[in-house]
Amino acid sequence: MKAWNELIKGLWSENPVFRLVLGMCPTLAVTTSAENGLGMGLASTFVLVCSNMVISAMRKFIPKKVRIPAYIVTIATFVTIVDLVMNGYFHALHKSLGLFIPLIVVNCIILGRAEAFASKNPVWLSIVDGLGMGLGFTASLILLGAIRELIGNGAIFNIPVFGKGYMPLLLMILPPGAFIVLGVLLGLMNKAEIALAEKSGRQPIIRREHDCATCAIHTKWFDFTAEDKPAAK
Amino acid sequence: MKEIIRLCFVLTIIAAISAGVLAYVNQQTAAPIAKALLEEKMSAVRSVLPPFDNEPDKDMVSIALESGDTLEVYRGRKDGVVTGAAFSITAPDGYSGDIEFMIGVDREGVVQGLKVLKHLETPGLGAKIEGSDFTDQYKGKSLSNPELWAVTKDGGTFVPITGATISSRAITKATARGLRLFEEHRAEIFGDFPAGAGDTGTGADSTAAGGTDAEGEVRK
Repeated sequence: MKAWNELIKGLWSENPVFRLVLGMCPTLAVTTSAENGLGMGLASTFVLVCSNMVISAMRKFIPKKVRIPAYIVTIATFVTIVDLVMNGYFHALHKSLGLFIPLIVVNCIILGRAEAFASKNPVWLSIVDGLGMGLGFTASLILLGAIRELIGNGAIFNIPVFGKGYMPLLLMILPPGAFIVLGVLLGLMNKAEIALAEKSGRQPIIRREHDCATCAIHTKWFDFTAEDKPAAK
Repeated sequence: MKEIIRLCFVLTIIAAISAGVLAYVNQQTAAPIAKALLEEKMSAVRSVLPPFDNEPDKDMVSIALESGDTLEVYRGRKDGVVTGAAFSITAPDGYSGDIEFMIGVDREGVVQGLKVLKHLETPGLGAKIEGSDFTDQYKGKSLSNPELWAVTKDGGTFVPITGATISSRAITKATARGLRLFEEHRAEIFGDFPAGAGDTGTGADSTAAGGTDAEGEVRK
């Protein structure tokens, strides 16, 4: 049951892209198509599961003071493995993801999970955590990529949807499209979460200590006792 | 002091294990990577050559260019006679970085095919130069036909990709340059199999004239 919770938290309650807002560099850069999103997501998932596993197994061996370099070396090793294997066996995908594979090393999600989870939990749970977070990341990238590809190119997974007559809105596959789609999706997810929480009578996951989230939308969930405006916190 | 040594020791061990693992993976993937890269290049060569029955990857001549570079030309033969040549050209003026592509020409310098190998153009925009919708319009063209090697926006005949005129222009320009290189070095390319005398003469004359035309126009 605990393992199950660790697995599904990455999909909604602690979704790396839409909740933790981590790993924005690959998220914004590679999601020009659903296929790229899938490739990047799976590559990151592999690195995340492996690095979580190794770091968790070595957590008693790594001294606190040098843990960050130790994590980075471990993560960089797995990223290089992915880079080499993908180049050799999935050459076309490697070409389209190109530059962003080595950049998985500095993806905040991976270091973040190592620091926040794998360094404190047993190997088995860390693998599940990595898998869940990775799948959440992959699902988010596919969603972003599919929306951008659909509007910006009239296709999903390279399959034309709108037919020849569709005039693609190129902006969506250019960098601004990434920010627009991400922003809209973030807003929709927060709205859905508030509605869900209200229905089941619990506190929404968007917590007050997340300062970025304490915007006007959530005002009604927080008790601003002294002044009744969120700005004066 | 003692702690520093311990920290160094742990980090060294971790780095050493990583290095060992990576050395092994690198060794294991070196061959598939080399194979994938070669296969990529050769499938491009095969797709741009006129019909052939030899193995172009084993029939390569290196041409020394005036710029000091060498041009690797792969030759396609039919019944032992060279029917066409394929070589890669780099357009240095793409929208974001170099565009490398393979051109195939027949004996008369008529383009048989064009295949993009490497580029960093914007996905969904400039990246469409890879598509056959764009590259097919170069088929059947030579330096004298059309005389003006330029995109429609510049008064030429080649239809650029919507929103990616710079990439399209770069390809057009580089293709013309490639054809000129071919003309200059056709004797070396077909070296051991000279074409029929009259045939070569007229072909070279007409295309040479077209060549200078195109050069002047493209540079505008």
